Amino acid sequence: MGHDDDLKYTPLYDLHLELGGKMVPFAGYAMPVQYPSGILAEHKATRDGAGLFDVSHMGQAYLEGPDVAGLIETLVPGDIKGLKPGQIRYSLLMADDGGILDDLMITRPVDDADGTRLFLVVNAACKDQDFAHIAARLAGRAVLTRLDERALLALQGPKAAALMAGLGPAANDLTFMTAAPVDVAGIPCLVSRSGYTGEDGYEISVPTDRAVELARALLAAGAAPIGLGARDSLRLEAGLCLYGHDIDPSTDPIEASLAWVLPKRRREEANFPGAARVLAALRDGVTRKRVGIKPLGRAPAREGTVIARSGGDAVGIVTSGGFGPTVEGPIAMGYVPPELAKPGTKIDLLVRGKPLPAEVVALPFTPHRYAKA
Amino acid sequence: MTVKFTKDHEWIAVSGTTGRVGITIYAQGQLGDLVYVEVPAIGKALTKGGEAAVVESVKAASEVYAPVSGKVTAANDALADAPETVNADAEGEGWLYEMEIADPAELGDLMDRAAYDAYVETLH
Repeated sequence: MGHDDDLKYTPLYDLHLELGGKMVPFAGYAMPVQYPSGILAEHKATRDGAGLFDVSHMGQAYLEGPDVAGLIETLVPGDIKGLKPGQIRYSLLMADDGGILDDLMITRPVDDADGTRLFLVVNAACKDQDFAHIAARLAGRAVLTRLDERALLALQGPKAAALMAGLGPAANDLTFMTAAPVDVAGIPCLVSRSGYTGEDGYEISVPTDRAVELARALLAAGAAPIGLGARDSLRLEAGLCLYGHDIDPSTDPIEASLAWVLPKRRREEANFPGAARVLAALRDGVTRKRVGIKPLGRAPAREGTVIARSGGDAVGIVTSGGFGPTVEGPIAMGYVPPELAKPGTKIDLLVRGKPLPAEVVALPFTPHRYAKA
Repeated sequence: MTVKFTKDHEWIAVSGTTGRVGITIYAQGQLGDLVYVEVPAIGKALTKGGEAAVVESVKAASEVYAPVSGKVTAANDALADAPETVNADAEGEGWLYEMEIADPAELGDLMDRAAYDAYVETLH
């Protein structure tokens, strides 16, 4: 792929080419979908060792203002006021009608003693509208500063910690969903113990002008470069939502099986956007529910595949579907009526016009292996 | 035996009025690791350019079209448990199906090896 003026490039673009990355347009950026070893090998390298991902296309920002946690709680349904310095929360940017505008990570910086600063990471495809939305809604009370001069790398896998021990040992004082400034390979970074694979690992925010140096140090220490293809199969096995596919402005958090992002206090306060719909869904139930789906044969069921009652009528749709290299078979997620959402329920997937038997299963498909406290 | 190629990256190895069909080495490289292959049922009638088989990579499903019209006489059932054979040997053990060719004249529309190789060069 040659340079295309309509595309944006991360600081690692030339390194991706050097590594043989097959570049594709994704969320407006030229990104590697895979490297020469291929998606299956990259997936397994992450599950068995340590994989390095370029996620610099994602949006990073600081949000600053007095009682900033209270301010952002007017936009998300999570417990942000309860974050201690250094803690990270997964949450949802809510539309006023209860749909989901984006999912995001919210970190209270470890040096934020007075509750005036948060670090946000949002999806690449949503970042412009997310940041505009947050800035507009909190205008005059908080200031949003985009960190476009920072790249973001993810190091994921069971050997990530051993690898990090040599380059930035202080990162291993972090437990899952905490963050701190750490020098990695001599480069000042903001390291979060988090990720999108279900494995232990880190997301490393690094100044753009030192991103290549950091990536080369991680690769030299044994991390394998991983493209978007394996990133997708890893997150699907981990049962994690992909925004724009499994969740979007039409889905509410309860339908999306993300009720766990709403703590008791926020339910009682009922003061986040869309609270009326979301609390009604909690109280009265929903008409569809996101579930894990295991096709019983070998054929994958892709996004958009119609879900039917076993031997019956169409009732839902697959929102993510493909092949799970660790599961060694096809896997999917999708929406079904609540009476079909119980694990073990038999359903049909209409693949190329043929009903193929499948079963609703509990998520994740592969157990999470986080570094819990 | 002559081998002919389509612009959709299928090959057909012709002996007499039967042909063995698969996807090219170039095609498997473009698709990446295959995880599922659906071969046609024996006896299925195929129309030139119509869907004959499906190959799926981790990322996506792709249709494989019939290079010529005819009827399926054999299918490579071993691919059900070993789709990776298509990656390893696309123009050999990774064949997809065999067919009785309805109209050998349709073969005249296909490319020979040299023409196909030149065609692939234009895709880079």
